[in-house]
Amino acid sequence: MVGVNSGKIGAPLLSVRDLKTYFLMDEGVVKAVDGVSFDVHAGQTFGIVGESGCGKSVTVKSVLRIVEVPGKIVHGRILLRRPRRDGASGEEELDLATLDARSEEIRSIRGGQIALIPQEPMTSFSPVHTIGNQIVEAIMLHQSIDKQAARSLAHDMLRDVGVPMPERRLDEYSWQLSGGLRQRAIIAMALCCHPRLLIADEPTTAVDVTTQAQVLRLLRELQRERNSAIIFITHDLGVIAQMARFVMVMYLGLVMEQGPVDDIFHAPKHPYTQALLRSIPSVSSEPRVSLPTISGSIPHPFNKPAGCPFHPRCIKRMPGRCDAATPALQAVGEKQRVSCFLYHDVEVSG
Amino acid sequence: MTSASTAPLLEVKNLCKYFPIQKGFFKKTIGNVRAVDDVSFFVEEGETLGLVGESGCGKTTTSRCVVRALAPSSGQMLFRTGEGQVVDLATLDRDALRPLRPEMQMIFQDPYSSLNPRMNLFEIVGEPMLVNGLGNRKQRTDQVAELLQLVGLRPEYMQRFPHAFSGGQRQRIGIARALSVRPRLVVADEPVSALDVSVQAQILNLLLDLQQRLSLTYIFVAHNLGVVKHICDRVAVMYVGKLVEMANTGDLFHQPRHPYTAALMAAVPVADPRVESGNVELKGEVPSPANPPSGCYFHPRCAYAADVCRSELPAFREITPSHFVACHRSEEITLPGISLT
Repeated sequence: MVGVNSGKIGAPLLSVRDLKTYFLMDEGVVKAVDGVSFDVHAGQTFGIVGESGCGKSVTVKSVLRIVEVPGKIVHGRILLRRPRRDGASGEEELDLATLDARSEEIRSIRGGQIALIPQEPMTSFSPVHTIGNQIVEAIMLHQSIDKQAARSLAHDMLRDVGVPMPERRLDEYSWQLSGGLRQRAIIAMALCCHPRLLIADEPTTAVDVTTQAQVLRLLRELQRERNSAIIFITHDLGVIAQMARFVMVMYLGLVMEQGPVDDIFHAPKHPYTQALLRSIPSVSSEPRVSLPTISGSIPHPFNKPAGCPFHPRCIKRMPGRCDAATPALQAVGEKQRVSCFLYHDVEVSG
Repeated sequence: MTSASTAPLLEVKNLCKYFPIQKGFFKKTIGNVRAVDDVSFFVEEGETLGLVGESGCGKTTTSRCVVRALAPSSGQMLFRTGEGQVVDLATLDRDALRPLRPEMQMIFQDPYSSLNPRMNLFEIVGEPMLVNGLGNRKQRTDQVAELLQLVGLRPEYMQRFPHAFSGGQRQRIGIARALSVRPRLVVADEPVSALDVSVQAQILNLLLDLQQRLSLTYIFVAHNLGVVKHICDRVAVMYVGKLVEMANTGDLFHQPRHPYTAALMAAVPVADPRVESGNVELKGEVPSPANPPSGCYFHPRCAYAADVCRSELPAFREITPSHFVACHRSEEITLPGISLT
């Protein structure tokens, strides 16, 4: 197993600074990600929460440089720390945003340094190639070993993620596996080149709660063993509370709030985070009473409201202020940051 | 046929739905997928019964049998009609079912694929009335306008097409369509699982509100236990085509009596980082309903399995008043529940 150097303490593995990914279309510009900054450290899980259209998937697609065609990174830096390639010891920093999306360089990073666990285990595997062939292909793209060695590596990987009878599964097709096994096979494929950063894009949305518990436990264990960093994307606040150490809440391409998981859940500052947490029916909440809701629905990205994108649905909106300008992300407390004008006053008066 | 106003609205007895597995040129039946296998439950008028379980456990097949979108293989489904007559839905043919269709309607999971993109709202919401021959065009227009208002949409939207609406609004359209023929029983198959978190609460509130205003009875199929606990009076838990537990929501969550129910509840991650949850895992996979294990279907995954569980199928029995469970060892074991605060 390849050891993972966690670099010098405090240095993030990935740091994204003011990332802006726009979709330049004939009808206009969709600002899918509009100024997002965050750090991901080795051995930590960084959670991105948000509803559909908030830009959480586009953010990680930008990191991997796989944004679909009208989409483009128009601003920002995506700094990845990796071992130096010239053979010298130590690490170097690479700005992924400046690379050509088709270059050799980014291809060696995708699947090598950074791996993706996609949302749909059903559609992520090719139905006409065996599981084994697909994992072997991924291994041989990144490591210079022969097919036999790659196959035995794939076998070990499947065993490590808890797939029963791995030697048989290698020669099976994805449609012969159950949802849980398929998701494990995907994780095996993502891990086969020992990535330092794992991006899990809603990895449990399509599976049952019991399978979800299995997948989440597997990810936690693998992270402990390998000290890898995980970016975990989900819309399920329960999953994020149990998995992540730091959380970023997004809405329509903007960061509403970010901070340590405990602060986000126990001292949420942004009205959106507060409303979101109130509106979920949990197994420990009062039954059959009206839930507090967020009025309206998420606007289409073309009709993004002026000012704070959440203001038309916000109960604490201040007319003339929230619809006029977009609030900047502001520190509240030690590590928590929030973008809301309610706290700009605090800053001024305090 | 008997008339009894005290009978439950729907009483399902020993319902089975088998799908044959066929092989070869002559399509010889070589086995059965027992999607629903000897399921019995009842639904009282005005209450909400939740049907929960993992995918493939037969909850959708059960609900489709109830509205007779599927014909059951055997069993009885006694439905008390609006006229107070009790009829067995399982044995009725197409023509006999037709007058009963308006009384039971369905709300679907995916608001994107359950609305015809080429029909406008008037046509979508008015179609059940048209099909069932209720009212002329003028009456239908008035009714659709009223329904749209009822579910929180503006009547002016009547000429628009589904693509103009968001997921939550589409689900409201689906609900308006189901209510257009004034049903008494509404089967909702995962009505909020395809919606965004901030919109789910709106739809749940709407369903609760409509139930009170129109005295509806719901069968609520879901896999999200948080949602189920919020909206259901009673919950039935299914596993590989069989009911394993049925009880009042409070009792079930407070003190589950079947290890599977307890495992399902323990698997739900709670939205609080200080509460450790969602890490109790159930080993293995749901067995195939075509080839279920011997004895209790749950025994290969059950932490409490004893010899009797491997050989004998447990009966679905009433262990305490209105708490039914199919487990040999319910009396001996204590299972952790979720306290109601």
